[in-house]
Amino acid sequence: MSDTTVVAAHGLTKTYGSGPGLVRAVDGVDIAVGSGETVSVMGPSGCGKSTLLHLLSGLERPTGGEILLAGERVEQLSQARWSRLRRHTIGFVFQAFHLVDELTAVENVELPALLAGSPPKRARQKASALLERMGLADRAAHLPSQLSGGQKQRVAVARALVNDPLLVLADEPTGNLDSAATTEVLRMFARLRAQGQTLVMVTHDSRVAAIGDRLMGMRDGAIVDHTHLGDRPSTVDELVFGDLS
Amino acid sequence: MQDVVLALLAKGPSYGYELRQRLAAAMGPLASGFNAGQIYVTLSRLERSGLVESRQVGQELRPDRRVYELTATGHERVTVWVAAVEWPKPAPAEFYLKLIAVAEAGLADPVGVADAQRRELLRRLRDADQALLAEPEGSSAALLLEGVVLQLQAGIRWLEICAAHWSARGQGDE
Repeated sequence: MSDTTVVAAHGLTKTYGSGPGLVRAVDGVDIAVGSGETVSVMGPSGCGKSTLLHLLSGLERPTGGEILLAGERVEQLSQARWSRLRRHTIGFVFQAFHLVDELTAVENVELPALLAGSPPKRARQKASALLERMGLADRAAHLPSQLSGGQKQRVAVARALVNDPLLVLADEPTGNLDSAATTEVLRMFARLRAQGQTLVMVTHDSRVAAIGDRLMGMRDGAIVDHTHLGDRPSTVDELVFGDLS
Repeated sequence: MQDVVLALLAKGPSYGYELRQRLAAAMGPLASGFNAGQIYVTLSRLERSGLVESRQVGQELRPDRRVYELTATGHERVTVWVAAVEWPKPAPAEFYLKLIAVAEAGLADPVGVADAQRRELLRRLRDADQALLAEPEGSSAALLLEGVVLQLQAGIRWLEICAAHWSARGQGDE
């Protein structure tokens, strides 16, 4: 991990409603993610972890606190400036994939590059290369409806990477996937982590969380614990269950 | 282990080294858990119990090797083992009772105890998944690793429920 902070927030708060109906979805969160770091935020549904990601990416506006993206204060930016900034600095992976049904895999992946003003030829090359990296070269011309859940999410990961984002945010990336598809997607995230992509994942899936260099536990809108899993690898004895002696 | 070795011999006569290789191939990255000498100890125990018999077979250029084969009783025992329905006990009763005792005696915060255990299982889950991701497609060892992953996930989920149970209580007492 380098010592450059990619994204940080201080006292980040988001409330909905008012008076007795006031809900503190995110309640005074402090977070700092260094370049090349993988951070997992774990917690039950409704703990505020998705809202936290939405705040960090400008998809929602905070009620209080500050956000620094690559050293720049961003919480007060206009919608338009946020959109522009987001396009170039943040890749987002959603639980429900959010692929455009009418576009092929490669068209979905190149779309954010085209929106960011990349020449079509270069966008296509980039998209094709990313699909290949995701092991999906032979699916480039398929529509989302012709892909499995794991493949759709890998297309979504490729799309998140197409503008070489500083930061990838993933919201329950395995939430809609079975165990085998989860393994496919985990493989991609493990690879991104190894390649030094800065990554923040919110999840209630312990498999996704365990990839993180750091794990944060979230409950009722607040970060309640920080965990480093440590470098000691597990012994075979710690993994094999049942009695084989 | 005895049943496993007997079942491996059901395919036909074999010798210690080959059994070790087959076992290691099936276990994949988890094979190092076996003590290399364990197979030989098990085979001689099985022979003393009359479940296998062995004979010395000469080899050119190499020392003789001992070939083992199931006896009729050995065959019967394999059949019984295959038909038996057994499973490692799923109830984490000992850890559960630890939490109860800790909470009752005020020895520590049960939430902290559950969280520490959960962190340990997360570390194991990370390593099991790492081993799983390294397995080639279609590997049978991946199946075993997937079992490890699912088992650990279930434990982690249960520990989250334990922590939530006692943190709700802690808040209620205030």
